[in-house]
Amino acid sequence: MISKYPKQLFLLLFGGFKDLFPIIVVVAFFQFAVLQQPIPNLFSILIGLLMVSIGLTLFIKGLEIGLFPVGENLAYDFAKKGSVFWLIAFAFALGFGTTIAEPALIAIADKAAFLAAKDNVISSTEAAQQAYASGLRYTVAISVGVAIVIGVIRIIRGWPIQYIIIGGYIGVVTITFFAPKEIIGIAYDSGGVTTSTITVPLVTALGVGLASSIRGRNPMIDGFGLIALASLTPMMFVMLYGIII
Amino acid sequence: MYLADLIQKFADVFVSTIGDVLPIVLIIFVTQYLVIRRQVPNLKNVIFGFVLVILGMAFFLVGLEEALFPLGEVMAKQLTDPAFLGVEDLNGKVLWQSYMWVYLFAAAIGFSTTLAEPALLAVAIKAQNVSGGTVSIWGLRISVAIGVGLGIALGTFRIVTGTPLHYYIIAGYIIVIIQTFFAPKSIIALAYDSGGVTTSTVTVPLVAALGIGLAGTVPGRSELIDGFGLIAFASLFPMITVMGYAQIGQLRSKNILSKNKKKDSEQI
Repeated sequence: MISKYPKQLFLLLFGGFKDLFPIIVVVAFFQFAVLQQPIPNLFSILIGLLMVSIGLTLFIKGLEIGLFPVGENLAYDFAKKGSVFWLIAFAFALGFGTTIAEPALIAIADKAAFLAAKDNVISSTEAAQQAYASGLRYTVAISVGVAIVIGVIRIIRGWPIQYIIIGGYIGVVTITFFAPKEIIGIAYDSGGVTTSTITVPLVTALGVGLASSIRGRNPMIDGFGLIALASLTPMMFVMLYGIII
Repeated sequence: MYLADLIQKFADVFVSTIGDVLPIVLIIFVTQYLVIRRQVPNLKNVIFGFVLVILGMAFFLVGLEEALFPLGEVMAKQLTDPAFLGVEDLNGKVLWQSYMWVYLFAAAIGFSTTLAEPALLAVAIKAQNVSGGTVSIWGLRISVAIGVGLGIALGTFRIVTGTPLHYYIIAGYIIVIIQTFFAPKSIIALAYDSGGVTTSTVTVPLVAALGIGLAGTVPGRSELIDGFGLIAFASLFPMITVMGYAQIGQLRSKNILSKNKKKDSEQI
């Protein structure tokens, strides 16, 4: 019993270390061999690495006892209760609620507003930029909500994911030709940034849980795919936003 | 004083992480108690799990802020400096070959930061459980990391040459669609998902610094127009490499099968 604690402490401190090792190698190589410069603030870097390592270990432990079971339980209860309406309402709330406050999205929306003002699409007053940015944020959050709803319906019905995604790609490409040139880069990037570190495990657990508890669904084939949809719809919605405004 | 600063930073990040998690917790508990009307099983464990997740995120973010981001940003700036690379300005044009170190750095930093992405680790753990070990945690993480490395390297090449982003993305989509027809059915949804999970906490800030630094120093590029797009590359290429990973696995097991068949027929 006593020998268990030092081992746990060791795991806590160094458990995440192997995940960081490649970054350390890359940074050291470029800093010493290519740029030929010393590492500044070595002490604070070591402290930082230790903290990252502790953080990763705690996060994964928390996922296993908190986020994963909650997501799966909800999926299981919904499947047993059979209320599709509430499941869809929950799916939309989850997608919308986790995206609207996403810091990466707020940063991207502000940049897009700045760009739009620079190109005289909107007036360059602060109020106009803020209105544009928050409009964009709501657009993306609604699009993620819609994506999770489509994804959940897809799991219930057992539709193959590839047709939906390929259809989405055709949509993205078609809209690209009509979208203002400045917004394309931002729109394409917005797909990748909307899915945050806490949303991903929860949404994945929900999808896999639903697919495991509905008869005839395979968790591997039907359970994944929610994140893919949530990264696809924002691209379309952001470009549409750019076209309309 | 260093310690006091650090504790202050940690407290700030801890509070803002609670703010990020709060809407999710609210949605879950409202649904659980008002719609499903059932007690959360192991409530104590679940709450402890959420506390660990928030604590973990705060440690993780402050650690990145201390260790990686400042250094990574300085490195991105130095590596993209035309004086360091020996870039000659030929009437507002540059040779793309002058930027070899940038492509190499982009690939290496994309690969290594992806291995430290917590969201990817979460999906990999789930995928290993669900697939019964056919998809391994490290197999998935490494194939995604290769995809991100390739994608970001190609993305920096695009910034240097100034070619339109959507040509690359459309070409990537076509590859993904073709692979979809040949890849094992069970990997497709996971491969699509791995595009979206790769780019979050660790990769995005570093890659954004690289893109904007590069677009700001290459003659004829605008930070605002050409600086974007790297994340799009980083979300596209993992789909290709994850399906590739499954396809290689499939080929190998076919080879083993046909070899075994051969052996069997020889024995007979």
